[in-house]
Amino acid sequence: MTVYLDHAATTPLDPGVLAAMRPYLEAEFGNPSSLHAFGRAARQGVEAAREQVADALDVAPLEVLFTSGGTESDNQAVKGIAWAARDAGRGRHLVTTAIEHHAVLDSCRWLAGSAGFELSVVPPQPDGVVDPERLLAAVRADTVLVSVMAANNELGTVQPLGVVGPALRERGVALHTDAVQAFGRAPLDVDGWGIGALALSAHKFNGPKGVGVLVLRRELPAVPVLHGGGQERGLRSGTFNAAGIVGCGAAAALTAETMATQIPRLRALRDRLLGALLGVGGVTLNGSATARLPHNANVAVRGCDGEALLLALDAAGVAASTGSACQSGAAEPSHVLAAVGAPADRAHLRFTCGRTTTEHDVDAAAAAFTDCVKRLRDAGGGFL
Amino acid sequence: MARVLVAMSGGVDSSMAAALLVDEGHDVTGVHLKMADTPSGLPGKGCCTLDDARDARRVADTLGIPFYVWDLAEAFRERVVDDFVAEYASGRTPNPCVRCNERVKYAALLARARAVGFDALATGHHVRLRRAVQPGGGGRWRLLRAADPAKDQTYVLYMATQDQLAHTLWPVGEHAKPALRAMAAERGLLTANKPDSHDICFIPSGDLGAFLRPRLGAREGVFVGPDGAEVGRHDGSYRFTVGQRRGLGLAGADRPLYVTAIDGDRVHVGTRAALEVGGLIADRVSWIAGAPPDTAPVAAFAGAAPPDTTRVAAQVRYRGRPLPAVLADAGGGRVRVTFPQDRPEGVAPGQAVVFYDRDECLGGGTIVTAES
Repeated sequence: MTVYLDHAATTPLDPGVLAAMRPYLEAEFGNPSSLHAFGRAARQGVEAAREQVADALDVAPLEVLFTSGGTESDNQAVKGIAWAARDAGRGRHLVTTAIEHHAVLDSCRWLAGSAGFELSVVPPQPDGVVDPERLLAAVRADTVLVSVMAANNELGTVQPLGVVGPALRERGVALHTDAVQAFGRAPLDVDGWGIGALALSAHKFNGPKGVGVLVLRRELPAVPVLHGGGQERGLRSGTFNAAGIVGCGAAAALTAETMATQIPRLRALRDRLLGALLGVGGVTLNGSATARLPHNANVAVRGCDGEALLLALDAAGVAASTGSACQSGAAEPSHVLAAVGAPADRAHLRFTCGRTTTEHDVDAAAAAFTDCVKRLRDAGGGFL
Repeated sequence: MARVLVAMSGGVDSSMAAALLVDEGHDVTGVHLKMADTPSGLPGKGCCTLDDARDARRVADTLGIPFYVWDLAEAFRERVVDDFVAEYASGRTPNPCVRCNERVKYAALLARARAVGFDALATGHHVRLRRAVQPGGGGRWRLLRAADPAKDQTYVLYMATQDQLAHTLWPVGEHAKPALRAMAAERGLLTANKPDSHDICFIPSGDLGAFLRPRLGAREGVFVGPDGAEVGRHDGSYRFTVGQRRGLGLAGADRPLYVTAIDGDRVHVGTRAALEVGGLIADRVSWIAGAPPDTAPVAAFAGAAPPDTTRVAAQVRYRGRPLPAVLADAGGGRVRVTFPQDRPEGVAPGQAVVFYDRDECLGGGTIVTAES
């Protein structure tokens, strides 16, 4: 029995997506930048995928850049926009939040630490949602970029972009958002919210690993991080990963088409799971119950160590998550949980449902969780 | 079949521990213990590094067993490294492997393994475990020297308790090291030809002075000769160990001089003959059986009145020779060890004195002082 409830880490490749990719791994091997027939055939796949992504986000195809993943998209957006603003003499101040993915947080810190920028990091409220007033209060006359994630990867908390975005647009400050977790699971209104840049990662929505999207609105100047052949408006050099990009397009189309039915389905599964988890004594929900992605259940478990509980669940065939892993593979304490003041003396476990999750899966996971927590507590919790 | 957690350092011994347990039909899981904070992007050398974590992971993959990395860096720093530094600062010579086994591996790690549902913890230590046959079962556990005497590690496991032994497996101690390497090579384990580690794992350079200096600073002091006169100066007594000859910087002496004792910033030196001691006092004594031996070939000891004596073989350093010794209660939980025949050289306070009856490790303690 194996139950996969770690869709925030990655999702299985959809069979239809794989089928769309396959020709570009076989017959259509051409370099999409080549002028001959082989190149044109591959280029068609890339451009069709660009349109699929553009449609899914309601932006222009020209504004969709393909990258190697969410991390690259975030790096390119944060560094590229910051550098361009600095070069134009518009200022050197950045604003972000304490619960960003490290791709954003560490890019901002790097700019502040070694490239002459100043950084304001806004803490979240205890429910894992950033207060828009507090965020906007951090913006100064010389602020050139605000980066706020659309939804948090660990807590699943949805951030108030609908409030923050228009206010920033009024003040002429660029907004980048890491939408890696939110895409397909919560509404994203790029135009309406005044989003200047937005990052996606294909493998988080049943596409392949190694492909990301950076939406960069045409009016927002950016300097490239990678130099080379000048692909993607000169902002992302490197031979197109044609098969991956085609898979990303197919997955984006699938996600957009099925979002209206998937969101309530995921919410029902998650609520069923969460109800069972919270039924075990000493288990509480981390993060807002309402401003939350529909697939995410993140719980604190008293009297258990997180890593020990994760291992016990793994042995029982249930895949969940706690924190992130360092280079050697050890679990590291989560900066997100620290930022919301989650107590360190207990387990914090994240379960995330996905397209392939069934009621049977969540029931089996809940049963295993109940059993593992009891066993672990009886034996002292497994703290190191 | 038992559920066994194997601590996999990334070396050949713990790799083979996992392999042998898989062969025996156990349900085996590997865990690598992250003992040091390796700065990102700077993979270090020696134990507990990214290379070793990767090697351990690949061996687990080859064996088809689950694998995890557990971060014990904080516990290791607090319970082993800080103690190590403090002991040197006090003029003693600590044994960090003893402390690590006592306070990390067979404490925190074993407790977690059992809490998570494992029946036993296994490591790649070269020791053997036997259970005394007793009518009706339930005989006590005995810790025996390894099949490969050159690799024996009972010295660093003397503090094991019956409860720990009942939940521990040491499969590699049954085999000679060359045979283990051959078995590892036959299985295609990538650690088969990895060199043995000799250094202290958190001082991969082997330069003890370079490790201690930034932590303890310069503490100038003097060398004191056999006649009590000052014969030289040094920049920190923590660089020295009783029995040490090299690196004293005492040129011009007509005979080789050895460190015979460390007393604060005063480092006493003398001839080799001065290293010989007739006995020692040990504290924090523990017995694997749970109590001092009370049967032949040893007599009653400790707690019994009048304090009788116990005859054992005592070993005062990791690769030392066990010497006939007589144990007596020295009061206050301490034990007096006297050597009626051969006398050991260079007994360093802080090191372990470990007691044996032939191949069986009976227990041991920490050396407090040497006695002439």
